[in-house]
Amino acid sequence: MAAPLTLLLIVAVTIRAALFRSSLAELIAERVEVVSPITAWKRVVEGLALLDLGVSPYSGDVFHETPLIIYMFHFLVDYAEITFMVSLNKNIILKHFVVEFRKQKFALEADRYPMDSLELIRSPKEMYYIPLKVAMFYLLNPFTILSCVAKSTCGLNNAVLALFFLSTIKGNVLLSAIFLCLATYQSIYPITLCAPAMLYFMQRQYIPVNFRRVSFWWFIVQYLFMYLGSLFVLICLSFFLLGSWDYLPSVYGFILSVPDLTPNIGLFWYFFAEMFEHFRLFFLCVFQINVFFYTIPLSIKLKEHPVFLMFMQLAVISIFKSYPTVGDVALYLAFLPVWSHLHRFLRNIFLVSCVLLACSVLFPVLWHLWIYAGSANSNFYYAITLLFNVAQILLVSDYFYAFLRREHHLTNGLYLKRKDGSEATLILK
Amino acid sequence: MAEPKFRVCLCMFWAVCPKDDFQEELVIRPLHSGDIYASFQFRTLWDTDFMRENKVSHYRLFPKSLGQVISKFSVRELHISFTQGYWRTMQWGQPFIPSPPGAELWVWFQDSVTDVDATWKELTNVLSGIFCASLNFIDSTNTVQPSASFKPLGIGNVTDHSFLRYATLPREIVCTENLTPWKKLLPCGSKAGLAVLLKSEKLFHSSFHSQAVHIRSVCQDWQCKTTSWELRQTVNSVFDLHNSGQAKREWSLFKMFSRTLTEACPLASSSKLYIDITDNPQGEQFELSPATSLLSQAVVLGDRRTFSVYDLTQETTFGSVRSLNLLIRWKSNEGEMLRPLLHAERYVAGYGLQTGEIHTLMYNNHPYRSFPVLLLDSVPWYLRLYIHTLSVTSKGKDNKPSYIHYEPSKDRVKPHLLEMLIQLPPNSVTEVTVQFERALLKWTEYPPDPNHGFYVGSSVISSLVPSTVAMDTNSTRERPLFSSFFPCKEESSYFVRIYTEPLLVNLPTPDFSMPYNVICLTCTVVAVGYGSLYNLLTRSFQIEEPNPGLAKRIANVIRKMRGVPPL
Repeated sequence: MAAPLTLLLIVAVTIRAALFRSSLAELIAERVEVVSPITAWKRVVEGLALLDLGVSPYSGDVFHETPLIIYMFHFLVDYAEITFMVSLNKNIILKHFVVEFRKQKFALEADRYPMDSLELIRSPKEMYYIPLKVAMFYLLNPFTILSCVAKSTCGLNNAVLALFFLSTIKGNVLLSAIFLCLATYQSIYPITLCAPAMLYFMQRQYIPVNFRRVSFWWFIVQYLFMYLGSLFVLICLSFFLLGSWDYLPSVYGFILSVPDLTPNIGLFWYFFAEMFEHFRLFFLCVFQINVFFYTIPLSIKLKEHPVFLMFMQLAVISIFKSYPTVGDVALYLAFLPVWSHLHRFLRNIFLVSCVLLACSVLFPVLWHLWIYAGSANSNFYYAITLLFNVAQILLVSDYFYAFLRREHHLTNGLYLKRKDGSEATLILK
Repeated sequence: MAEPKFRVCLCMFWAVCPKDDFQEELVIRPLHSGDIYASFQFRTLWDTDFMRENKVSHYRLFPKSLGQVISKFSVRELHISFTQGYWRTMQWGQPFIPSPPGAELWVWFQDSVTDVDATWKELTNVLSGIFCASLNFIDSTNTVQPSASFKPLGIGNVTDHSFLRYATLPREIVCTENLTPWKKLLPCGSKAGLAVLLKSEKLFHSSFHSQAVHIRSVCQDWQCKTTSWELRQTVNSVFDLHNSGQAKREWSLFKMFSRTLTEACPLASSSKLYIDITDNPQGEQFELSPATSLLSQAVVLGDRRTFSVYDLTQETTFGSVRSLNLLIRWKSNEGEMLRPLLHAERYVAGYGLQTGEIHTLMYNNHPYRSFPVLLLDSVPWYLRLYIHTLSVTSKGKDNKPSYIHYEPSKDRVKPHLLEMLIQLPPNSVTEVTVQFERALLKWTEYPPDPNHGFYVGSSVISSLVPSTVAMDTNSTRERPLFSSFFPCKEESSYFVRIYTEPLLVNLPTPDFSMPYNVICLTCTVVAVGYGSLYNLLTRSFQIEEPNPGLAKRIANVIRKMRGVPPL
């Protein structure tokens, strides 16, 4: 396992190093699909330049990173490329470990299910190659390569999220709370990952998920205390960097109120560019609530499967957040091999992969036609954005369907028969 | 002749005699390219205090509307100009009063003003009414507070730039509606004196015309024990040789203004017409008629110039026909123009609607002296400047500015402000480049013709340029108006302000016909997500009971009615 992984790492690092040194690096760093106003490297450099000029980076509307990034890159700005590659490799190793620990869960539950559905359970032999596949899906994904070469801080966010996953799966409550708080501090949306993290710990510590039990509430209080405490510490630390609270409206106000309408692969920009002023606040609230809205229902449905819940939450955040980039998409796409056993129940995978591929190719084409050639207009790019998001939604809901169906088969048997003995078809009702 | 006696009698009647004085002058300078530059200046001096408690109520020569503006808004200095056209420094030399294309307004408020921004907003709206211009478009998105440029031109040692506001509207068009109220502010209106020449149909048929109002406090005497308020109204225009459709190179007042001068303004203490004959000492270049024996020399713009003077207060100037139609007839085409020492250009580089670069070039044409310039750039917020890409190069090498003041923009609130003090090496070109990114605006923020582009106001370059002759630092001595506009603090240099071209930048536009469609489509996508997840969350898997065909169902219904078991 170590040898193929090392080989993969070397290949990935080589590709990235080659692209860093070529002239494509500047081109990629300007692509709107890869960088957003929150994650662009150009803006980090601009923020540091403003700091050198003696002006607060948050006094303008160019810099929207958290003060922690200023702290970090103040010293590391010359080694930026190495930083991003290191965070990338960390990402991989963490995912590798995540998957390793998933194996254990399967083994534990093997004896719970009826005989004929045992073929649905994966044997450890099958699961042997999953970490490698996850690493491959992430490292060799063109989205990740582009994101790393553009030096988008999305890579750093992904690394923090991967650390959060690792500490959660390993069972370390404190570290999990700290990394989740770091991820939330960078962009607000990972707060929804609190629920799956708490569910996972409760499952691990055999605390029943029951509203009437004291142990349930006690654990929630503990976790939230650790989480909110570290968040408070981080926010105060950020205050002491520049001595002002300016960064709060610049970072969090920016993420929530979406004033910058630079095109990206998400749904927000054109919607708010064409919004009637009167309804702007209303639809802003609707779209932001939409991201957080699925947490409770998904948690209730998937309370016994917190790892899949984490994947679902991550996907929902990546699709519906205010400034998505392909780096966010790559993060949840990397987890797909973990659920390779669901392939027999997926219904739309061919359509979805074709649409995703076609959209990825069409994005730069239609951008060029709109911005440079002037022969298309913004509607073309917007249409591809819509398609891309529909494809992502289909992908996620397809995996959800497959997961639920597998659970159903695990409890009710794989080959179901109707009352008259003929083969049954399952529908959602 | 009766006027001065009448005035003295009037003064004797009232205890408080408003000591005001009105002067008018017109300077005509033939330009090397064959065009002609005409500069009118009307100055009213008034020894009064607008800031005292009891309001000034008796206005004579000073226009009441402007006096009320000064006292109501506690204005220390006010400069407003409306310009159509761009001043071509390389072909026309330096103007007496520079102004950028469009409208420009800069105001110094008194220290007693508590809320400068609210006062500024009210002031712009009131001026918009006085001059019939759309100055109400001046708001916080195009107003800046320069930190080093635009020091007061009158008296006052002010260091707190929080009382200064500067705004330009490069898109503003100047027309007759702006000239008419401007002329109404003059004591004689447009009925007598030099202002009769200001007829809009000829005046606006020129390559460049600019009308301005400048209000400031000046010293009355050398020790500056008393101050008075000075109102200057100026009109600068350049008439194009080829545009006016004449074959030979010959200019006359009638050809330029379709009027001749018949009398001076009776309220003016001095009314003079100056013709610049420095390049024509012996009359070999052009011939001036009617001839005049009055000559005057003045040091203006770092150069000693000779002028033929026509004094309109004298009856003899108008001759027997009682009208003065000055005629300038060219004899030869030779002669070279003095190259201006400081010259600037600006343009936008790059292609596409995503990014771009602003290049500002400053030329120092002095053979051996270098001098510093202060560059002020105010860029609207929708062109996001990246200050880390700023580069200043002279002669190919990096030229680091000794002072940089940068205020980044805030979306929809304030523009970028960049001020730099750059030392220009002698005989060189200095290039200042900065990259920017074009923003996509909300569909309601675009003007009605969005593909015309957005204007970026001119850069302002202020500098003390070395002068070839000694400048006169005594501002209270009797001098022609055109040489006393900019204060002169030292003898070896003179103050010059240059405006670059405004820029026209295209921004990416959304489709303006699509708001409803976009809302529907995007909400559909969100609903697709919501719907699929809702289905999966609320429904469970069940074995499907096969649905019998339509025929069978109808048959079952009939059988039920008959009381027979179904199929």
